[in-house]
Amino acid sequence: MSELILEANHLVKTYTQRSGRFGFNTTLVKALDDVSVGLSAGKTLAVVGESGSGKSTLARCLLQLHPFDSGEVIFQGQQLDQLNGQALRQMRQYLQMVFQDPFASLNPRMRVGEIVGEGLLIHGLGSSSEQQKKVVAMLKRVGLTEADMQKYPHEFSGGQRQRVGIARALVLQPKVVVCDEPVSALDVSIQAQILLLLKELQAEMALSYLFISHDLRVVRHIADDVAVMFQGRIVEQGSVADIYDNPREEYTRKLLSAIPGKATQH
Amino acid sequence: MTPLLQISNLTITPKKLPTRLLVNGVSFNIEAGKTTCVVGESGSGKSLTALAVMGLLSKQLQLNSGSILFSNAQAGVQDLSKLDIASLQKIRGAKIAMIFQEPMTSLNPVLTVGYQIGESLTAHLGLKGAALKAKIASLLEMVGIPAGRADSYPDELSGGQRQRVMIAMSIACEPQILIADEPTTALDVTVQAQILQLLHALKTRMNMGMLFITHDFGVVADIADNVVVMFRGEIVESGAKEAVLNNPQHPYTQALLACVPDAEGKKPLKPIDYSWLGHAA
Repeated sequence: MSELILEANHLVKTYTQRSGRFGFNTTLVKALDDVSVGLSAGKTLAVVGESGSGKSTLARCLLQLHPFDSGEVIFQGQQLDQLNGQALRQMRQYLQMVFQDPFASLNPRMRVGEIVGEGLLIHGLGSSSEQQKKVVAMLKRVGLTEADMQKYPHEFSGGQRQRVGIARALVLQPKVVVCDEPVSALDVSIQAQILLLLKELQAEMALSYLFISHDLRVVRHIADDVAVMFQGRIVEQGSVADIYDNPREEYTRKLLSAIPGKATQH
Repeated sequence: MTPLLQISNLTITPKKLPTRLLVNGVSFNIEAGKTTCVVGESGSGKSLTALAVMGLLSKQLQLNSGSILFSNAQAGVQDLSKLDIASLQKIRGAKIAMIFQEPMTSLNPVLTVGYQIGESLTAHLGLKGAALKAKIASLLEMVGIPAGRADSYPDELSGGQRQRVMIAMSIACEPQILIADEPTTALDVTVQAQILQLLHALKTRMNMGMLFITHDFGVVADIADNVVVMFRGEIVESGAKEAVLNNPQHPYTQALLACVPDAEGKKPLKPIDYSWLGHAA
């Protein structure tokens, strides 16, 4: 087994939610209930489950975008949750995220060149002409052109916007990329293009992906390992082939049987 | 048997630019008790076709040509493209109903779901009081929501429940045709499977003709009887589900089928292939 690059041990995260008439009462919702996962270097770990199962909360807690109640997150031997603000900000260069909705996750008032280059600017990597060059090279790598730098997000289609989102995450040469349902807002015909691009980039740049999805067809193609989440807990974890061929948990079987077109697949 | 709905040579263009054909010469039929799936990418004109049937096209668009013949159980055959607004209103919701893509945005947040389901019952059937309440309760039960939730507001329901409410609204007056515009795209896979089963069961029980719009061939395989494949406003292929899925004739259908990932991971991922366009054009 290869070395773990990102590891979470016994994460617990609870939200308080208003409930009852006029929201006078509060109830505790356990979004993460003793969750432990490990992402191997250069591999893809898919986290699957339905809405509300805690997949996105897990991703955000791993990247320290949300504080959690207890547990620890270890990235390359360092305990992320113990880092102070500045050290954490420096570490963020290596931990990037691709968001679900390419229509909502790009600032409509910034040009694509600025969006992709912003991370380089914040981390102060290289002179401005070097940054410029990196942005152009990255945009070309994801299938866009140099001229696209001057355009605004609304001038692009959904698939192209997701390419911008990928370029923005990868221009910093991260080690771990969290992809939060990167293709679920896209047409099926565009999904394959983006998935292939992600796979190619993973091989080229030695990336490790944490891939969040509820589409088990997509996961089958991109992941090495799968963690199945249900109501804040990981109910089953293992390699893709294992989980798909011998699901042990009832809930995993239910997810697998819900794949559209399965009954009539040829 | 005459088809329930007969769309022939439908053409839709912007009013200001009648040369730009958004939907170009589209013809297909919907039969009672059968599901016709319209498949295509974003921008292929599938939703416009559905909106044209409902007479809900935006004011900036126009129907250039074509007819939409509807065999109304009461009024005989009508051409929906020629009807005035008053007659259309009698058909919409009563004879032809529609389910929209986003259950989050298609319900009114300040009205209870019970009220929203009851609206079409009052408008079309004149139901009031206890009879209305009983009908709403039975509709909710039919789509698998406890009748007590009639007093809930949309924000108190989950996405799947909201889509169930939308389905209850649409079948309230027992329409002859149900149009579903990507009803499960915004939902989880498990919820999607439940909603597809529910729609299939209701369609069979009420002998409705269903027009189902989707971009996912997996969903088509589950639910369709007939398939219509659209590309850039035109139908490139249509026919029975088995024929289209197992033996696609048009290169676009083949390309679209090839890029759907399979659950076994045997098929290599393939980006959509437009190389055939070069030969066609």
